[in-house]
Amino acid sequence: MRPIANTRTAAGIPTARLAVWWVLASEIVIFGGVLASYLMQRMGNPDWAAEAAATNVWIGAFNTFVLLTSSLSAVLAHHAAEHEQDGKKAARLLGLTILGGGIFLCVKGFEWYTEISHGMTIQSHPFWSFYYTAAGIHASHVIAGMILMAFVAKDAAKGLELHRVELVGIYWHFVDVVWIFLFPLLYIAK
Amino acid sequence: MIERYLVQASTFAADIDFVINLIAVLVGFWFFLTAGVFFWLLFRFRRRDGVPSEYITGEEKEHKRFISIPHYLIMVCDIFIIVAAIQVWVNVKQDLPENPHAEIRVIGQQWAWTFVHPGPDGELDTADDIVTVEELRVEVNQPYVFHLESRDVLHNFSVPVFRLKQDVIPGRVITGWFEATKTGTHDIQCAEICGIGHGLMPGRIVIESAADHAAWMAGKAPNQLAATVRGTTVAATGGTKLAAASGDALNAN
Amino acid sequence: MAESIEHPGHAGGHDAPHDHEMSFWSKYIFSTDHKVIAMQYLFTGMAMGLIGGFFAYAFRMQLAFPGMEVPGWGMVSPADYNSLVTNHGTIMIFWVAMPVLIAAFGNFLIPLMIGCDDMVFPKINRLSFQIFFVSAIVLLSSFFVPGGAFGGAWTAYPPLSANPNYSLTPMGSSIWVVAVALEFIAFLLGGINFITTAMNARAPGMKLYDIPIVVWMIVVASILFMASVGPLIAGAIMLFMDQNIGTHFFDPAYGGDPILWQHLFWFFGHPEVYVVLLPAMGITAEIITVFARKKLFAYRTVLYTTFGTGVLSFTVWAHHQFIAGIDPRMAHVFTITTLLISIPIAEMCFVYVATLYGGSITFSTPMLWALAFIFEFLIGGVTGIFLGASGSDIYFHDTYFVLAHFHYTFFPIAIIGTFAGVTFWYPKMFGKMMNDTLGKLHFWGTVIPFNLIFIPLFVLGAAGQHRRIYNYEHFPELSAPWMQDLRQVATIALVVMLGMQLVFFYNFFASMFRGKAAGKNPWKSNTLEWTADSPPPHGNWPEGLPNVYRGPYEYSHPDRDDDYWPQNVPS
Repeated sequence: MRPIANTRTAAGIPTARLAVWWVLASEIVIFGGVLASYLMQRMGNPDWAAEAAATNVWIGAFNTFVLLTSSLSAVLAHHAAEHEQDGKKAARLLGLTILGGGIFLCVKGFEWYTEISHGMTIQSHPFWSFYYTAAGIHASHVIAGMILMAFVAKDAAKGLELHRVELVGIYWHFVDVVWIFLFPLLYIAK
Repeated sequence: MIERYLVQASTFAADIDFVINLIAVLVGFWFFLTAGVFFWLLFRFRRRDGVPSEYITGEEKEHKRFISIPHYLIMVCDIFIIVAAIQVWVNVKQDLPENPHAEIRVIGQQWAWTFVHPGPDGELDTADDIVTVEELRVEVNQPYVFHLESRDVLHNFSVPVFRLKQDVIPGRVITGWFEATKTGTHDIQCAEICGIGHGLMPGRIVIESAADHAAWMAGKAPNQLAATVRGTTVAATGGTKLAAASGDALNAN
Repeated sequence: MAESIEHPGHAGGHDAPHDHEMSFWSKYIFSTDHKVIAMQYLFTGMAMGLIGGFFAYAFRMQLAFPGMEVPGWGMVSPADYNSLVTNHGTIMIFWVAMPVLIAAFGNFLIPLMIGCDDMVFPKINRLSFQIFFVSAIVLLSSFFVPGGAFGGAWTAYPPLSANPNYSLTPMGSSIWVVAVALEFIAFLLGGINFITTAMNARAPGMKLYDIPIVVWMIVVASILFMASVGPLIAGAIMLFMDQNIGTHFFDPAYGGDPILWQHLFWFFGHPEVYVVLLPAMGITAEIITVFARKKLFAYRTVLYTTFGTGVLSFTVWAHHQFIAGIDPRMAHVFTITTLLISIPIAEMCFVYVATLYGGSITFSTPMLWALAFIFEFLIGGVTGIFLGASGSDIYFHDTYFVLAHFHYTFFPIAIIGTFAGVTFWYPKMFGKMMNDTLGKLHFWGTVIPFNLIFIPLFVLGAAGQHRRIYNYEHFPELSAPWMQDLRQVATIALVVMLGMQLVFFYNFFASMFRGKAAGKNPWKSNTLEWTADSPPPHGNWPEGLPNVYRGPYEYSHPDRDDDYWPQNVPS
């Protein structure tokens, strides 16, 4: 049962959306902490570039493309839910986004498998420690986002809680943006 | 204030004590002023029958100045403190003496201090280096440069009579300096928690005259010194102290 | 959403009959009611406070009477000593100050003071407490694992904390990290609730400057927490991986950097001081205005100094690391920022003192606590300058002077501030009045021993006594007889203070049954929580949520016969 408090909007933004923004704010500082640590170490140790050279930019680029595409379907799902009130269509589009997340994770798994089998493990060098940690925390957000979207899509298909399509979309864009930071810092910077 | 408890035995001890006294005077003034006003208000405006409270918003200028004027004065006090603190800091931590009398190496490990003295030739890493455990010997009125190293965790090289303190970090060499001004024997303490033996890591610093120092150096037979590889000394002495509890930690090194 | 229309009778109307059917479990353990969750936090915090206090007793006894068989603990070995001080610090900050000041008072006060029926996300609120409770169990479990509890100080500097070969607590260190990380997640969830509730769920008519200061301060504290804890969560993940899966983030032998942890820790650790300070400051503001019957002096100035403090608190962290091997030139920057932050805090203290001017001051128990907070915190504040100035910190770093300083800030915050709040809102929480005589006995029995504990420790610190050493007899300069006497004074005062808490617990629990009925507004206060029943039912105002017509501090207004003017009374 929803308390009356939840229905008030003294700040002019729906409470749920406001909360999502605050969640993202706290996530930004978590990723900020990882990335700031990585950058401090990276700038202090130019020799890490040799390790970074072993990353596969093409796989990273492909994954960037996959994530951006999946964000597009999240935007379309939001549009379908808000302007067309079409829960079924929104659910289908969210399903597409989940598929994108799945492809991203499969590619990531293949990439990690290759790297680990070539001896580039999380223990082998601080660069790889950061590489797996940062991407691992990001991947856990991808998984969380996919699960959330599955629940939202299930409701949306029945026409329920359509406003949540937008909220989960905001979260997914955030996951996307984090990758946009990770990709150049981990893959491109040599 | 501090010299009541501990002698000032280095050239910069008096400077650090001066900063401490300066801060004590400045913040002491504000503390007693605020506390005095506070207790006076409590007494003056205690509840009395028939005397109602006043309605003061505190937003008008003539009221606000009671907090804004102290506010600016505190800012001025802050500037004095900042200038004094930075001056001393630059002297103690940033500048190194140009012609040090000698360089010494201080090695922290769980749970002992090892000191490498340069020996009669005045150079580190030569055959006549004198390695001691838990006892550092220096000559009075001579500038020394020290290099801090750690074998395992963080330690902190602290000589209270010098007012000197510096963390020791594994993987780095941290350089600093001191010049003792009084002879005597004093504590060296580890001031960064370093494991269960942290409370059992006392060192001593012996500050002695040039003649005594030379005599001590001469007393160390060179062959005995050369055989003392860095570290084995420590394992022998430091290890027995806490052998039961710390055997693994030392071996892990 | 159809139910988004304001419908005052709704919550109570549906829930009140429902209440009777609720089992004990759904009413007190799995409730989503903000007041029940507040009590859960309060009681968990108090229980943890007793544990933390017991730890302090055990290691203080060892310091005063080295080698003694401490009653209730036994011999305190060096390993015991380190675990005790580490977990005393960790518990008192993360499991006492945080849950009581932010979570208990935040949960209890925010919905009541802004005039709504609950938090905006009651289930997330319940989840937050459940995670917090689990984190407390996890932390305490570390005392029962092989190797014992973590003993590397509450700052957990690696490599000591990262490598079991150094710490000798292979499981304890990991459990500590996991417990702290869980606790952070609990407070992130709680904080999101506090911020969104205060932003969105205010009563109609309540403008920004009509919000009581304590709500402002809890919200600002939650934002500070949220903005500062991220790097430490990242650091905790890294530390856990260093401990357990063989990474080397903090291990210099493999290219890691131990100083990195110190930055991550203190980037959070210093704002954390303000995270707990601000709610205590807010509680004090509510109490002194009520018992001086005065409008808060310069409300807006208080807000601006709060924001100023919040922003500045992110720029001072490295003053904990002056001599930790950072670039010595950085010390200048952090000395300047640290002394700058003294200005808004000093101003806040001046505002509180100025509020007393022209008042009609009643020295009730909550007022005594609030006044003691101001005075004792002042001591904590001024002694901090010695440590924030790089030049003098060279000497004071890691001595008992530091320890006494931050106890003079944290004790007023976490203990005095809490007692101020509990004695003030007790009538609202339980509908009964506490015994005033016992309250005053407990007040003096706590505050006097508190000063007797820590003034001797200031002296010992000035004489060079280092922290975290279980026995000073190995250090000739620290084993003078007068120093040992002072250690004993501090320990005896601690034992007296802990004993006096029995008076509080008796008063607290006995008053629930025997206290005289409080009525809605026993202190003649203005804020909205005093217009609800005591204790407020589920939904807070079943007869309809209040509207707000003015600010919270209109005491002794010249146009009124009464010396107070509740926020919900139409002009």
